Amino acid sequence: MAKPTVKEVLFNPVFANNPIGLQILGICSALAVTSNLQTALVMSLALTLVTGFSNLFISMIRNQIPSSIRMIVQMVIIASLVIVVDQILKAYAYGLSKQLSVFVGLIITNCIVMGRAEAFAMQNPPVLSFWDGIGNGLGYSVVLLTLGVIRELFGAGKLFGVEIIALAKDGGWYVPNGLLLLPPSAFFLIGLLIWALRTWRTEQLEKPAFRMAPQVVEKEAY
Amino acid sequence: MEHYLSLFVRAVFIENMALAFFLGMCTFIAISKKVETAIGLGIAVIVVQTITVPANNLIYTYLLREGALAWAGLPDVDLSFLGLLSYIGVIAAIVQILEMLLDKYVPSLYNALGVFLPLITVNCAIMAGSLFMVERDYNLAESTVYGVGSGASWALAIALLAGIREKLKYSDVPDGLQGLGITFITIGLMSLGFMSFSGVQL
Repeated sequence: MAKPTVKEVLFNPVFANNPIGLQILGICSALAVTSNLQTALVMSLALTLVTGFSNLFISMIRNQIPSSIRMIVQMVIIASLVIVVDQILKAYAYGLSKQLSVFVGLIITNCIVMGRAEAFAMQNPPVLSFWDGIGNGLGYSVVLLTLGVIRELFGAGKLFGVEIIALAKDGGWYVPNGLLLLPPSAFFLIGLLIWALRTWRTEQLEKPAFRMAPQVVEKEAY
Repeated sequence: MEHYLSLFVRAVFIENMALAFFLGMCTFIAISKKVETAIGLGIAVIVVQTITVPANNLIYTYLLREGALAWAGLPDVDLSFLGLLSYIGVIAAIVQILEMLLDKYVPSLYNALGVFLPLITVNCAIMAGSLFMVERDYNLAESTVYGVGSGASWALAIALLAGIREKLKYSDVPDGLQGLGITFITIGLMSLGFMSFSGVQL
């Protein structure tokens, strides 16, 4: 494999190898925090930073970690970073941190962080790993922010809590779609997003597990 | 008794880990292609969750909570910021110990669960169980019940999803939705179904 460049590792995960769309990583939090844009933004920032720095630190000591206990070492590094993020949020944005509740803590078990540490940072030099972490964080953020915008704009007529579309109940014209504020809508939106992404980038299509045989003779089938 | 029963029912149906809180999604989607493996993983999650939630509850009550170190003569110490680190440590350690114990004493179960046990460490549902336990101030008995219930809820959800996906592979799905896309939409519909439980008052 050719040595990846900074530009590649930074921008590939955004569309070509999106952590949520293709690698099936880090979906849990993508669903729970996207009902409004503000939490989605904070969550994306937190995750991007944690992924970047955990990749950086793990990659720095990658030659010293004995492979039998590498999981624990990675966990400790990630958990310490998440504690820092958690404490900063509690100190400067207490309301937000209450709203995000357990999901900041769950960055630890977010598979993106672990997955990138294991798959990339253990084999590559620190600076490159840092950018890989940031890139994957960006890929995650793109999905999160898209969902956040769609859900808040069409579900509540607002963006960042500021009214964009005049709601019918306040004399405007838009009747909000309440389903979008409910959790299941996030699944539908991600499903559709993946559909759109894969229609655009056809190399990401999955092979069907089972192909329907063409019908034999039309008369006999009835 | 009634209190614990309603806590259990709430944990399984109303606050279903996978379908109401979307936790443990990565493994939920990755390992739900076959019913058998899904059930194996489900059982492993129940076992681990039942042990880790009460264990973390003990650690929180006697080591980390503000004033919890009074027995050691340190009544002013508040270590709750170390929570995240210790819970994940406990979870990783318990999974490891469980793996070794099963390997030694119940090899048949170990072989059945084998692959899934290490995966459980990074399953967010397990971690979330402990975090919810802290956030809601459960005591030891409550947290045991909650552990069993939330584990069971996840197992139930993954078994159901695997059942649906096994049937789904015979259907003619549009190309772009094949695989991951249609799975998301299926889960969305399931979770809509589970939302009907949210009206239940206990």
